[in-house]
Formats: sequence, structure tokens, C-alpha cells
Amino acid sequence: MIYLELLLSFLKIGVVSFGGGYGMISLVRETVVSNGWLTDTQMMDFIAVSESTPGPIAVNMATFVGFSQGGVLGSVLATLGVILPAFLIMLVIASVAGGFMKRKGVNAFLEGVRPGVVALIISTAVTMGLSLFFGVGEEKLHINVFGLILLVVISGIAIGYKKVFKKKISPIVLILISAAIALVANLIFPSVSA
Amino acid sequence: MKKGKMVLTLFLTFLKIGAFTFGGGYAMIALLEEEFVGKRKWLTHDEFLDIIAIGESTPGPIAINSATFIGYKQAGFFGSLCSTLGVVIPSVIIITVISLFFDRFMQFRYVQYAFEGIRVCVVYLIFTAGLRMFKGLKKKPLTYVIFSAVAVLFITFYILGIGFSSIICIFACGSVGLCVYAYKSIKKPERGNE
Repeated sequence: MIYLELLLSFLKIGVVSFGGGYGMISLVRETVVSNGWLTDTQMMDFIAVSESTPGPIAVNMATFVGFSQGGVLGSVLATLGVILPAFLIMLVIASVAGGFMKRKGVNAFLEGVRPGVVALIISTAVTMGLSLFFGVGEEKLHINVFGLILLVVISGIAIGYKKVFKKKISPIVLILISAAIALVANLIFPSVSA
Repeated sequence: MKKGKMVLTLFLTFLKIGAFTFGGGYAMIALLEEEFVGKRKWLTHDEFLDIIAIGESTPGPIAINSATFIGYKQAGFFGSLCSTLGVVIPSVIIITVISLFFDRFMQFRYVQYAFEGIRVCVVYLIFTAGLRMFKGLKKKPLTYVIFSAVAVLFITFYILGIGFSSIICIFACGSVGLCVYAYKSIKKPERGNE
């Protein structure tokens, strides 16, 4: 049953999602693609919307995936799944196990987990890029020239912004800029990105 | 402050934070600090840093971790429950409303054009988020070994089309961390070579 599957999948994700919203992306992507719930492309669209709306990215993604598979009930169950482990673990730590996090063993475990999670995040981006720019993992390989040019352009904008204003450009602004460039490029040169 | 009123204040404060923080958990940290350390003085700066450190070391979205923890410290179980609900409710409502229209919205040609650019931006955002987290990792051999091993395995599996389990991977990384710690503890008298 889809409701139970959503709840269990996101419970599982909630238990192991170290490293915040970005740390969760590889887990969610794996789950939705292997279950056939979403394609990689749809997943990227969902991430973009989750980034551009207020609230924790993890919760936004869970709600989004949940709704797409099981309507309102699906979204509530997926969200419940993703927050319940964090809620219960923090409750235990706040009430009775305050010293637990300071144990040397816990720390040693986390020292191993942290670089692993960062590797998962970067690899997720790399494989999404391989699929988006070169068609790796799709029916046939191709080169998305427009996508690669846009990647260089937005990297330049982000780096330039940081140089000039001494702070990171907001993800939403960058998403909007990318959308605008793609839209204009498509209007001026039809089928530029085909 | 009476407990009932405190619970309500917590709920409303976290509702506000959930509704107005763009950019996920890390953007939320600044807002939480302003609210609880600066304005309300419920926590000292050090207590706040402790909470964030615990939130970063436990699974789940940081927003949920800190809401549960702060809620519990201020008003026990109901405090933690209402704080967590507060931070989640805006996300669920906003994303559900967007989901209702998303499929129809995506059928517009111009929207499709825009999303071709947005997907490129998503890859960029995930990659740079990963890079930032990489810079924050402890610079020691274990970090680099685990990072490279996971990245190589993940990307190779993807290119070959073999399923990868991030969950198993995360626990394996943690176990490696534990083993290295155990090995070092045993070796300590010999002033082990790292």
C-alpha cells in the first residue's frame, strides 16, 4: 500500500539523514527512483521548488514526494516519517540522555559518517550532472551544450557576486537567474536545449 | 511565564520561523539565535551553540532537531511537540498548495524552458553545498579515505547502473570510524602512527 510505503520509506530516511536537507537528497533520490515514483528530472524539479519555498528542505521534499504519490494523506505521512526519528531522538537527548552525544564512541562513529555524507552529497551532484549534461543513465548518451554553458555562466555569477558583495548569493536568486536565462535563450534560439 | 502560554509562544515562534525562513536549516540557525538568544534570552549563546552541535550530530533536519530540543527545555514534552509542529506546518501547507497546481504548471512551454535552466542550477547548488561542507570537515587521513572511497563507489555504481544503498553506506562509514577509534585506543601505549 502506497501510504504505508511512503511512511516507512521516509522513516528510514529520517533515521539516517545526517547532514541536514542536503544530506537527505541522495537518500530521497534513491528511494523515489528505485520505487519508480519519480524520474531523476522530476526529482531535480522537486528539489528546486523545495529550495525556493520557506521551511526545512527535508520537510518540503517529503511533503512534495508524499503528495505526488498519495495526495494530502501521502504528504502528511511522508512528512511524519521524516520528522519522527529526529523528534524522538532529540526528545531522548533533551530529557534523559544529555551526556550521550559526548560519548567518545558516538563521536568516533560521527567522525566516520560526516565525510561519508559529504561524499554522498557531492557524488549526487556529480551523477545528476552526468545524467543532465551527458545522458549517463538514460537511453542514449548526448551532450547538453546549452546546459554546460549555463553551468559556467551561473558559476561565474555566483563567484562574482561573492567577490563583489562578500557574501553568498541566495539560492533562490540563482534559481531565478537560471530560469530567466534558459527562458530567454529558448525564446531567442528555438530548440536551443533540445 | 505560565506553561500554557509558553507552549503557545513556542508554537507561534516556530510557526513564524517555518513560514519565513528560506534556504533550509542553516539559514534557520541565524533566525533561531536572534529569536531565542537575542530577543527572548531563553538561552545563552553557549547553550545555543551546544544545541546546534547536537542537531548537526543527530539524524534529521536541523530545524526539527533544534525545535524539539528548545521546545523541551522550555516547556517539556508539549513544548517540544508544539515547536516541531510549528516549524513543519507552514511547509506542509505551502508545498501541498503548490503540488495541487504543479503538474498543470509544468505543462506550459515557458515553464518547461525555465526548468531546463533550473535543473542546471540545482546540480550547481547541491555540488557547492557539498564543497562547503567538505571544507568544514576535520582535516585528517580518515576523512579523506572515507570521502574518496564513498565518492568513487557511488559514481562508479551509478555509471554501471548498479543500485547503491546510501543507508548501508552511512552505517559502514560510521563503523569504520568506530574501528579506527578502537584500534587507536588499543595502540595508544605505543604512541601509534596515524
